[in-house]
Amino acid sequence: MRRVAITGLGAITPIGIGVEAFWQGIIESRSGAREIRSFDHSLFPVHFACEVADFNPEAVIDRREQQRLDRFCQFALCVAGEALADGALALDAVGRERVGCIFASGIGGIKEIEDVHTKLIEKGPRGVSPFLVPKMMTNAAAGQIAIKYGLRGPNFAATSACASGNHAIIIAYLLVKWGEADAMIAGGAEAAVTALGLGGFCSAKALSRRNDDPAHASRPFSADRDGFVMGEGAGALLLEDYDQASRRGARIYAEICGSGMTDDAYHITAPLPDGTMAAACMRNAVHSAGIRPEDVDYINAHGTSTDFNDSGETKAIKAVFGPHAYKLAVSSTKSQIGHLLGASGAVEAVATALAIKHQIAPPTINYATPDPECDLDYVPNEPRPMAIRHALSNSFGFGGHNATLAFRKV
Amino acid sequence: MTKEEIESQVRDIIVEKFQVAPEKVTVDAKLDADLGADSLDLVDLMMILEDKFSLEISDDQAEKIKTVGDVIAYILDQNKE
Repeated sequence: MRRVAITGLGAITPIGIGVEAFWQGIIESRSGAREIRSFDHSLFPVHFACEVADFNPEAVIDRREQQRLDRFCQFALCVAGEALADGALALDAVGRERVGCIFASGIGGIKEIEDVHTKLIEKGPRGVSPFLVPKMMTNAAAGQIAIKYGLRGPNFAATSACASGNHAIIIAYLLVKWGEADAMIAGGAEAAVTALGLGGFCSAKALSRRNDDPAHASRPFSADRDGFVMGEGAGALLLEDYDQASRRGARIYAEICGSGMTDDAYHITAPLPDGTMAAACMRNAVHSAGIRPEDVDYINAHGTSTDFNDSGETKAIKAVFGPHAYKLAVSSTKSQIGHLLGASGAVEAVATALAIKHQIAPPTINYATPDPECDLDYVPNEPRPMAIRHALSNSFGFGGHNATLAFRKV
Repeated sequence: MTKEEIESQVRDIIVEKFQVAPEKVTVDAKLDADLGADSLDLVDLMMILEDKFSLEISDDQAEKIKTVGDVIAYILDQNKE
């Protein structure tokens, strides 16, 4: 079996557009949450989110192409382009049929659905745009990336709600590992901070209502957490056969060395309270990486800032790591960028790869009040320089989906 | 609306939609081969024209519209009635 290297990264996040700006935001412990500006939120119980401000795709996508792409797909094309350029992979030399793309979205083009549905009500069927279907489908990103960059290898979307990004990366990793492809773009994109998206998560009672203090609303693992903060953005990784990457002298951020996938088989939105299947998922990732639990130095947690997730995930970590759970560092990037849903795993994988490259654990910001149920080292409020040889990144999604990636320093 | 007004509005719509230089939007320019429209663009263009000029273009009529000149002629014709 081949080893799999990460040789390119791309990110669009609420705290920075581009990988460099994103990492800067991480180590400055910034929050991307603020009052929603993209639509009238006055009637909703939640008035804030982590939006991507000042996104201008012009350099990558001309204005004609923009009309044909929902916002999530515009994010996707930009981060895939950034990762490909960053990795400087000569696609024709590798062979374009040997380079594929697995790209995630939990929701797809929800803004397009809203806009066209409004036209349907106003004008009837003749008002329904021919672009509705190609803009709304969750696999639009994977397909459009293939067209834009000429990637002719394995290509589809992964959809498992908030675990989508991790599933996309795991499948891409396995395809390279098994030799089905020599390089893969993997990632996820989401742009669901819309009236319908916000309304859905409000009604599901999943969101923080700390309207008077948005920047401190996402507070994973703190006792006074009260729900997650919606976010938008995208992340992409260029994964490559390790030997090929070494031969061509590519910069390798880290290696993806293992993966785990399980399902709670319990409830469509609530996680299994004891976290046993999240634990099984992490155990699988550690096992498939061929390492011992004690070898893991850092976990980029799912850490949504909801009551159930954070206590369940903590229990799961303790079940897998025993006494070592109190020695390793755990942090939640969602404290800074909110919950990017189907893109969260992808952006958090970018954060984890950068954490390994820089040997700095990203912080859990807004950590204020210890919770007896959450008693691990969450890297409170400030980033921490430390030795990170192996790391995990967790994502858990509505549907009971659990997906964990394992990373190794090279 | 005068013939000139209709012509100029149709050209503006096409320039905006296809993001092409105005000088490419000649009467003989083919929507597909010259301006790069695919089947989805053509349906979308008809919907934009329907909105702008308050008319309904049937699928049969739309199929006969191939060039910028065809668009202008069709709108002029409909405007007469």
